[in-house]
Amino acid sequence: MRNPQLNKHGELQHLLTLDGLPRAIITQILDTAAPFTEVAEREVKKLPLLRGKSVFNLFFENSTRTRTTFEIAAKRLSADVINLNVATSSTKKGETLLDTVDNLCAMHADMFVVRHESSGAPYLIAQHLENTGRDHIHVVNAGDGRHAHPTQGLLDMYTIRHYKKEFHNLTVAIVGDVLHSRVARSQIAALTTLGVPEVRVIGPKTLLPTDVEKMGVRVFHSMEEGLKGVDVVMMLRLQNERMNGALLPSPQEFFKVWGLTAEKLALAKPDAIVMHPGPMNRGVEIDSAVADGGQAVILPQVTFGIAVRMAVMSMLGSH
Amino acid sequence: MQLPEADQLIATLAESMRPHVSPDTCLVGIHTGGVWLAERLHALLGLSQPLGSIDVSFYRDDYSAKGLHPQPRGSRIPFDVEGSHIVIVDDVLYTGRTTRAALNELFDYGRPAQVDLAVLVDRGGRELPIAASFCALTLPAPLPAGQNLQLERDDSGALTLRLIHA
Repeated sequence: MRNPQLNKHGELQHLLTLDGLPRAIITQILDTAAPFTEVAEREVKKLPLLRGKSVFNLFFENSTRTRTTFEIAAKRLSADVINLNVATSSTKKGETLLDTVDNLCAMHADMFVVRHESSGAPYLIAQHLENTGRDHIHVVNAGDGRHAHPTQGLLDMYTIRHYKKEFHNLTVAIVGDVLHSRVARSQIAALTTLGVPEVRVIGPKTLLPTDVEKMGVRVFHSMEEGLKGVDVVMMLRLQNERMNGALLPSPQEFFKVWGLTAEKLALAKPDAIVMHPGPMNRGVEIDSAVADGGQAVILPQVTFGIAVRMAVMSMLGSH
Repeated sequence: MQLPEADQLIATLAESMRPHVSPDTCLVGIHTGGVWLAERLHALLGLSQPLGSIDVSFYRDDYSAKGLHPQPRGSRIPFDVEGSHIVIVDDVLYTGRTTRAALNELFDYGRPAQVDLAVLVDRGGRELPIAASFCALTLPAPLPAGQNLQLERDDSGALTLRLIHA
């Protein structure tokens, strides 16, 4: 079966997930992003690549940062950006997802950036576009349910490559609420594809998926053991809004055991970097002293995120 | 066709530019041949401003037909464009589309006082109203479209002009 993200020439048609995306494509995205980072330093922070194209930000679930960085990325490529806060519009009136998409296609959309609370919604849209012969319209998954958040995974890879240069000699730890995290799934897929020899996940049993080992990671149920000697610490946000039932005693209790403090970070390599996809819960999964400390690269992640999203959109828009 | 030595053409080009440049003139080479040429001219003319380079991948007018270059190298403009005298340097002038893309990109960095174009060879075949300010060799008749003329560099850094028949 053909990879649904690639067209018949093997080029990126949609970006839906990093799981199964060939290493060459991931590397191409990272390489393309590099020259985009300097656009922000120019007098005119714009490139003409998507001039005349319409990008629709279709957010069925709220997100300020992701939506804003996609919007900036599209605007720096000279696209027209239309933001639809679908959570508060047509769907409330009963319109189906695909009817919304068809209506926007009738408005001559060229690209959809989709965030949805249901896993697989961006696939459904991509499949619908293909079934109706609209190959010129592209879909970017900006986060679907617990499934994937590919541009976050890519910007994390860009950040790691920026600071660590290579992937083949790294030990990377992903810490916290893996169970509810689409970010973690995308990170694990990208890290393994790029040849990171050891990917660890660290968290309480209740917040790790049951078959997490099958994803090619080593599981640790203790920060002290899991952080030993790692090059990269990737913190996850505790997703209170996605939890139902008593998975945790309290945020304070969580911080005591699983929160990243300077003492725990000292177990990692001295030059280890600390990452977080944001928004941070200070004092829950990460201590302020670490979040604002010299090893944190959390704000560079945001900046790199724009260049990476520019790379994805320019690659999609080029055919 | 017998192509002249690149070194000889570079010397000719530098001499034709000399009366028109000051130490503050900025050179911007277009990837990849133009950058090699700009490095040579920069040394021969004794310019003081750091060398700039432009990769026009993001400004090509055939982007939607040909797609993005798989490995764009990015542009580097290490001087203030505003109010400066800039010479865009390329190895071969052909349709003029690359020059147009480079001009567009340059203006996104600021408003230069003056922009000139220096090329080693004008092969004819212009599709835009663009002309070189400095040119070491103008071919007597335009090269056919299937042929590709370009500067090449070997491991020792020596430059040669090569004609490739497609």
